[in-house]
Amino acid sequence: MLPIIFVLPLIQLIILSNAATFEIKNIKFSYVDNDNTSFSRELIEKFDASTYFNVLAKYPSKKIANSAMLKGEVDVILEIPLNFERNLLKNKQTDLAVTINAIDGAAAGVTNVYINQIIQTFNKKVHTTLMLPSNTPITYQNITSIPSFWYNKTLNYKTFMVPGILVLLVTMITLFLSGMNIVREKEIGTLEQINVTPIKKHQFIIGKLFPFWLLGLVLLSVGLLIAKLIFNVPIVGSLALMYLYTSIYILVVLGIGLFISNFTDTQQQAMFIAWFFMVIFILMSGLFTPIESMPNWAQILTEFNPIKYFVEVMRMVMLKGAGFSEIIPQLSKTFAYAIIMNGLAVWSYKKTS
Amino acid sequence: MSISVQNISKSFKNKTALSDISFEVKEGELFGLIGPDGAGKTTLFRILTTLLIPNKGEATIANFDIIKDYKSIRNNVGYMPGRFSLYQDLTVEENLEFFATIFGTTIEENYDLIKDIYVQIEPFKKRRAGKLSGGMKQKLALSCALIHKPKVLFLDEPTTGVDPVSRKEFWEMLKRLQTKGITILVSTPYMDEAALCDRIALIQDGKILEIDTPREIVKHYPKTIYNVKAANMYLLIESLNIYKHKYSVYPFGEFVHYTDSRTNFNPEDLKLYLKTKNLKNISIEITQATIEDTFMELAK
Repeated sequence: MLPIIFVLPLIQLIILSNAATFEIKNIKFSYVDNDNTSFSRELIEKFDASTYFNVLAKYPSKKIANSAMLKGEVDVILEIPLNFERNLLKNKQTDLAVTINAIDGAAAGVTNVYINQIIQTFNKKVHTTLMLPSNTPITYQNITSIPSFWYNKTLNYKTFMVPGILVLLVTMITLFLSGMNIVREKEIGTLEQINVTPIKKHQFIIGKLFPFWLLGLVLLSVGLLIAKLIFNVPIVGSLALMYLYTSIYILVVLGIGLFISNFTDTQQQAMFIAWFFMVIFILMSGLFTPIESMPNWAQILTEFNPIKYFVEVMRMVMLKGAGFSEIIPQLSKTFAYAIIMNGLAVWSYKKTS
Repeated sequence: MSISVQNISKSFKNKTALSDISFEVKEGELFGLIGPDGAGKTTLFRILTTLLIPNKGEATIANFDIIKDYKSIRNNVGYMPGRFSLYQDLTVEENLEFFATIFGTTIEENYDLIKDIYVQIEPFKKRRAGKLSGGMKQKLALSCALIHKPKVLFLDEPTTGVDPVSRKEFWEMLKRLQTKGITILVSTPYMDEAALCDRIALIQDGKILEIDTPREIVKHYPKTIYNVKAANMYLLIESLNIYKHKYSVYPFGEFVHYTDSRTNFNPEDLKLYLKTKNLKNISIEITQATIEDTFMELAK
């Protein structure tokens, strides 16, 4: 059992951190060029030069291109109209038709942004070329924003994901193990024997949960080591602070696990309920989708999600180097949560039925 | 009184498990609860070991009230549930040490009490409890229940599913424990084991039918029992069952226990009747009633 507890989550950490990415690369790009001029070819070259787009095909007509998208061969069709170059030179205005496969809405949105960026760059260049031959002074002005990405300069998604996934693994293992633990004693009958002994409630519960608390911290340590060694995630903040927060956080999870254990009779039931909470906690943690974009009621619900705080704290401390005073809000909420959950769990655990 | 139970009743939802149970067990007595499965024996054990709260009634164990002084009871009783409930993945020695520790004692302190039992499983002390045979498991469970030198020992069907040799040994162990002043309440569905108790209570459907010494209980049997034997057992039982004067017919080993409804019964009449049914080698003898006969009679 012990190797399983350690090896599986670490494999998950390595696989998920490499695979779960929001970056959209290798977009299957195709185009229909009705103009066939130097301008249209230059535009296509811009796409070709980008690492985000794979220019796969040039279709003779929109109809064929459409059927290719239907078959899933391409995700983007750029249609360059007839007289593209002429209109641009003469009227300084023209239209481009872009069709994007939006089955994955989020990806389609990002793709659209990329396309617009390329077209804008192209547009700017056209303007410059158009202006130069005339002798009028350059009146064309443009505002360019130069973003500077703080705390994750290269927008490396692994830096962002690894702390989050580590949080999930620590939570999952401790919740499942603690949730099934006392139920297991109920199933095999040892709880009955224990209940007639003078052992005190709190002694029994501490005895049952302490190993998992320790296990969670060891798991965090191994996870951090992997984050540093394999993913080279910066650890800017203090390790002690991370451990302090995690040690309190695990208490919350163990309390929830014990609570589940008290109200179930079999390990299957416990597992099912643990999964129910786990899925909600994960998807509403802000790890995969930002909490700010959730509906209002959901945002209120996330206040009760311990994973949310853990993800926040880990990212703040690891990437921003947040100190003790910065994480006080999360720390105090987690602490209160721990007291409430464990209080409920101890209260609902009865030696006598 | 070591155990005193007064008017205990317990029901689950709509089902009555125990109704108005009262009995007393003296110090150092070996008291048996005899009854079939589902009679309420385990429920009674769970109430007396403070695992279950009765709906009605009072009980004291070693002069501690089961509700008010439940903590003291847990320090002073040993309980061996019907199902093996030690940690299967701990070794024999670890189990014993674990239970000694949670009772705040050590194996050495009470070793003399469990010595007789423990020496039999000591060669396997490094083996995991789950890997032990049925009889060994019983011995380990008994050792664990005794490690804190309890005043009262509760054994819920300790011999169910145990082989005959181990069963006999187990009862010998109980007899020895009794000499050390431990009160023992034991339940069993086996009537032959009842004879080994000092006193027994016959229990069925949550009610106590009778409490007395095994010797006295059989004396209460109202009728004369005859051992009837014939060459064809099946035909014999069938013939007896349709005999118009029969009161009860129970197969009992190689015999059939027969009682007649008439007071002036003459075995010769029965012999004649059985001969008309083509039965051969008929023998009819008066015999002593057993606890089983008494139980069947009372349970009618």
